Amino acid sequence: MVSPLVQDVSFTVGAGETVVILGRSGSGKTTTLKLINRLLEPTAGDVLIAGERTAAVEPTRLRRRIGYVIQEVGLFPHFTVAENVGLVPRLEGWLAERIAARVRDLLGLVGLDPDTFVARYPHQLSGGQRQRVGVARALAADPPLLLLDEPFGALDPITRVELQREFRGLEGRLGKGMVFVTHDVREGLLLGTRIGLMHGGRLVFLGTPEEFGKADHPEAVAFMRAADPGPAARG
Amino acid sequence: MSLLSFYARNTTEVLGLIWQHLYLVALSTGAATIIGVPLGMLLTRRPAWRGSVLGLANIFQTVPSLALFGILIPILGIGFWTAVTALVVYALLPIVRNTYTGIAGVDPAVREAGRGMGMTDGELLRLVELPLAASVILAGIRVATVVSVGVATIGAAIGAGGLGVYIFRGVAVVDDTLILAGAIPAALMALAADGALGLLERRLAWHR
Repeated sequence: MVSPLVQDVSFTVGAGETVVILGRSGSGKTTTLKLINRLLEPTAGDVLIAGERTAAVEPTRLRRRIGYVIQEVGLFPHFTVAENVGLVPRLEGWLAERIAARVRDLLGLVGLDPDTFVARYPHQLSGGQRQRVGVARALAADPPLLLLDEPFGALDPITRVELQREFRGLEGRLGKGMVFVTHDVREGLLLGTRIGLMHGGRLVFLGTPEEFGKADHPEAVAFMRAADPGPAARG
Repeated sequence: MSLLSFYARNTTEVLGLIWQHLYLVALSTGAATIIGVPLGMLLTRRPAWRGSVLGLANIFQTVPSLALFGILIPILGIGFWTAVTALVVYALLPIVRNTYTGIAGVDPAVREAGRGMGMTDGELLRLVELPLAASVILAGIRVATVVSVGVATIGAAIGAGGLGVYIFRGVAVVDDTLILAGAIPAALMALAADGALGLLERRLAWHR
């Protein structure tokens, strides 16, 4: 028998809540995320959104109701910022004026001046700006659920902290359910309402950031130690 | 007899042959594009067919052009349409191969982003894969066009007309001027097609 990539993973995400899936590379974080929007199909078990089994929903329809943010490669290089952000509304057949208005609102929301940025192409943006566009694109059709796969992973440390702070402010205002995958424990502690720790394809811990700090699972301890270099390193 | 005075005395005939040649090339490359691009697209969706389809196209490509005309004559007879068929067969490989390579070369992360946004396969192809592969596909059409201009000269051997008429006549009567009268415009035509399509190709290439 082939051993499953992930197993024993069970959690719920409420509106306004951000569940951070934390884990090392290869621990099954991204796999878990892709099971939610059916980029991967589970061999066993169910994913439910608003009580409905995702397996019963047509994948393209399902995905248009789930925002998806990936590392910067996810923007379409031949689309302008406006075309990237307006993609899902366009697929959904919105009128052009409504898409244009929505794009401007969203760019404002993520801190990009619409007049400056609508006509630019991804290669003309900095890493941080690209990531803001990625978040705006995921929010375009106002999905109730957002999936974020290490969205700030490729950024320089200063830009990363800046975007993390802003994202934190956005979380509260948007009131959406979010699943946020990262291997950065500080990011997880900052942005998560709850933290789910994955290890070897299993969810080995699920709880608030405070509970995570006190958890005695060796992997959780290892992550906390990585976040806090300790008195010796502090000098 | 100099080339210029030859052209001056046979202007109507020369223009007619150039037109015939252009028509042969445009028709066959156009048909090969209409067949080849969808075929290349299909191969990206049916990778199992890739080996046999590209292999078959490769085999056709290795048959010498004169021999291919020879093979087709018992089936299609001589004349214009036999030449067109042979030219289409020649033009197919670069077009199919480049369409396949261009689409297969699209960054998998970009493709997955498209699927993750909820694009159907058709939307992914139309909005993402084809635009990103456009310059590679056009490069294939460009190669096919240039090859066709050359191969089309042999069409004269089976009565399809074109600039090959002068070349074959020149060879038969050992007249260099006559050979050049056909070869020079054909060479210029190939260069012009290469240049024009190359320009278009660069315009279609997107910037990272």
